[in-house]
Amino acid sequence: MQGFGKHLSGVKVPHNKHTSGCVTEELPVPARVVIPMAQSIGASCTPLVKKGDTVKVGQKIGDSEAFFSVPVHSSVSGTVASIDDFVTAFGTVCQAVVIDTDGEQTVSEEVRIPEYEGKEMFLREVRNSGLVGLGGAAFPTFIKLNPKNPDEVDTLIINAAECEPYITSDLRAMLEDTELLIAGIRRIAEELDFKKVIIGIEDNKPEAVEVLKPYCGDQISLCILPSKYPKGGEKVLIYEATGKVVAEGQLPADVGVIVMNVTSVIALETYFETGMPLVGKRVTVDGGAVAEPKNVRAPIGTRYSDLIAFCGGYKEKPAKILQGGPMMGIAVPDDSQPLLKNNNAVLALTAKECEAPEPSPCIRCGRCLRACPFGLMPAAIDRAARNRDADQLRKLKVNLCMECGCCSYVCPASRPLVQQNKLGKQILKNGGGK
Amino acid sequence: MENLVVTSSPHTRSGETTRKIMMKVLIALLPAGAFSVYFFGMRALYLILICAICSPLFEMLWCWLIKRPDSTGDLSAVVTGVLLAYNLPVSIPIWEAVVGCLFAIIVIKEFFGGLGQNFINPAIGGRVFLLISFATRMTDWSVFEGTKAAGYLDAVSSATPLRSDTVDFYDLLLGRTGGSLGETCSLVLIAGGILLVAMKVISPVIPLTYIGTAAAVAWLCGENPVFHIFAGGLLLGAIFMATDYVTSPTTNKGKFIYAVGCGVITMLIRIYGSYPEGVSFAILLMNIATPLIDRATMMRPFGALVPAKGGDAK
Repeated sequence: MQGFGKHLSGVKVPHNKHTSGCVTEELPVPARVVIPMAQSIGASCTPLVKKGDTVKVGQKIGDSEAFFSVPVHSSVSGTVASIDDFVTAFGTVCQAVVIDTDGEQTVSEEVRIPEYEGKEMFLREVRNSGLVGLGGAAFPTFIKLNPKNPDEVDTLIINAAECEPYITSDLRAMLEDTELLIAGIRRIAEELDFKKVIIGIEDNKPEAVEVLKPYCGDQISLCILPSKYPKGGEKVLIYEATGKVVAEGQLPADVGVIVMNVTSVIALETYFETGMPLVGKRVTVDGGAVAEPKNVRAPIGTRYSDLIAFCGGYKEKPAKILQGGPMMGIAVPDDSQPLLKNNNAVLALTAKECEAPEPSPCIRCGRCLRACPFGLMPAAIDRAARNRDADQLRKLKVNLCMECGCCSYVCPASRPLVQQNKLGKQILKNGGGK
Repeated sequence: MENLVVTSSPHTRSGETTRKIMMKVLIALLPAGAFSVYFFGMRALYLILICAICSPLFEMLWCWLIKRPDSTGDLSAVVTGVLLAYNLPVSIPIWEAVVGCLFAIIVIKEFFGGLGQNFINPAIGGRVFLLISFATRMTDWSVFEGTKAAGYLDAVSSATPLRSDTVDFYDLLLGRTGGSLGETCSLVLIAGGILLVAMKVISPVIPLTYIGTAAAVAWLCGENPVFHIFAGGLLLGAIFMATDYVTSPTTNKGKFIYAVGCGVITMLIRIYGSYPEGVSFAILLMNIATPLIDRATMMRPFGALVPAKGGDAK
C-alpha cells in the first residue's frame, strides 16, 4: 500500500485545495458554447455540421479520417451559429463549432448504450466515446489502451495523485462517482486483461482513501504517495508505484504498465453505461480573483466567463487566467476561452498570487537540479539553450523534461528555466541551427 | 477582459530570491562578526563596516560606468565585503582594506561578468591579492592595547596559532588567539555553519568533507588533527568561503571531490609549504577546478540511456 518505497525528487508546493469540500454543482446551460475541433493530441477534426444546423446533446459534430484523432460531440442542444477559426492555447489554429443553446438539452438519437464483443469492438467504442486522457495530456484513450505488446502489459495504474495546487476535481470525482470509477476499472481490467490495478493517490486526500479502501483486494490496491509535487507525472507515478523506470524513448506499455486518470475512467464507464460520450466536465474554478470558488460540472465548450460568473464573478481584477493548475497550466489571453475535454481547472489568479520577480543572473545554487524529479540540470540546459548548443542539449537530455515546473518554482534568480527547457527541445527538433 | 498576463508555466514561485539568500548568509556571519568586535575592539567593527560599504559602492560605480542596471540590491557585494574583512588582520591600514575590496569586486567579480560569472571567490581573490601585495602587513597579527585580545596575547607580535608551538584547545574554541578578524573563534563559526544549514542556504557536504579530509591528512602526516581543524582559517574557509555557490560544483558528487581537494591542498601547504596558512590557496585552486569537476560529475537523468561511445545517444 505504500508503493515501491523509493521516491523521486520534487518540491513542496502549498496545496491551496480550498475547494476540496465543495460538492460539484451543475452549471445551468450557458447561452452559447464554443467547441474546438482540436481537443486531442494528433489530427484536428473536420466539422460534420454547418451553420444553421440543429444539434442535440451527444451528437457527433466533428471527426477525422486520421488514425491519431478522436471525435468531438455536441455538449448542448441548439443551433449552430457559426463555424469559426479558433486559436488554441498552443497558438495553432483549428475550427470551432459555435452553438447557440436552446436550454432543452435534448439527447441525440445517436446516444445509445454501446454493445460490444471482444477487444477490437471495445476499443472502437472507446474511440466513439470521444475520450482523451483527462489528466491533462489529451492523448487519445483508444490508442493508449491498444499497446503493441498487449501480452506483456499487465498493470493498470489509476492516476489519482492530483498533485497540482488548487485542483480538486479528481478528488470530487472519486468521492461523488466512486461506483462509476470502480465499475470502470473492473471493465477495463476485464476487457484488456490487466492482472493488477494500482490506484496512486497523494496522502493529502484521506477522504478519498477512505472511500476507496473497501474496494481494495486481490486485484485493486491503493498506493499512498507523499504529497510532494509532481507525484502525478506519469513516469514519476509508475516509478513510485512499481519501481519500474520508463526509459528514454519508451512508453509506459514498454514496461508493462498503462496509466489512466480517474476522471478518464469515470468518463469511459459513463459512456458504456449510458451511451453518453464525453460532453461534460467537472472542473475546479478557483483562484484569488474568483468570488466563490467551486467545483462545477459544465458542458464542454462553456466559456470561462460563464463559469466564473456562476462562481460569483470576479471579486478582484485577475492578473492571469489559467487553463489548469499553477505549475503546468496554460495562461490564456482572455476569459472567452472554452472549457476543453482535458481541462480540469480554471484559475483566475490575482497579481499577488502569480507574482514573479524579474530574472537575475544564475548564482549556481543548484536548487533546480535538486528539485528536478528526473535529475536533469536545468541551469546547464538554460545556458546551452541560450547558446543554441544542440550537442550539449542532447548530452543534458533536455528531451526527458516533462515541464513540471519544479526548477522554475525554486529558482531564487527567477530564471525562466522551464521555458528554456521547452526552447531546448525545439532546438533539438530543428537540428540546432545556430 | 483585458491586460491579462500570458507567460509560460509555472505561475507560482517559491518566493526564495538571491537577496534573501544573501541576507541569510549575512545573518550566519553575524556571530563571528560580533565576536571579533568583542575581542579585537572597535577597530574590527570599522574594518567590517568599511568593507561592507565599499564593496557595493564599487559595484554600483562599475554598473554606472558600463551602463548596466545597478545590481547591488542582491546584497552579494555586501557578503563579499564582510567575508574579505573577516580575512584581514585587525592592524591592517584602512586604505589597504579598501584596495582589497576594489580588487575583489572590480577585477575578480565584474571583469568576468558580475554575479554568477566569476571563476574564483571574490573575497578569497581579494585576500590573496593583499597577501601577495602587502605580505608583511597581512601577516602582522599585533593587536591594540586595551582590547580583550591584548589581554590574552603578546601585544607586540603575536603569531597566528599555526606558527606557535603551545596552544590550548579551549583557547582555539573560544577564540582566545591571534589571527584574522573572523577566524579566531571556532565556536561562533560552527554556530554560523549550523545556521547556514538550518536556513537551507548550504548543504553540509562541503564543510564536513573539507574538515574531515584536512583532519585525515593531518593525522596521516603525524600532526594533531584537532589543532589543524580549529586553528587558522579552516573553519571560516570551509563553512563560508568554499561553499560559495558560484565557484563550487553543483552536484553532491562534485561537491565531495571539490572539498576533498580543498582539504588535501590546505594540509599540504600547511605542512610542507612556506606559508603557514593554506586555506585561501586551496579554495582558490579548487575554484579553478570547479568547471572541470562539474563536467566530470554530470548527473545521469532518470531513465536516460547511457550515451554510446562517441558521445551520441541515439
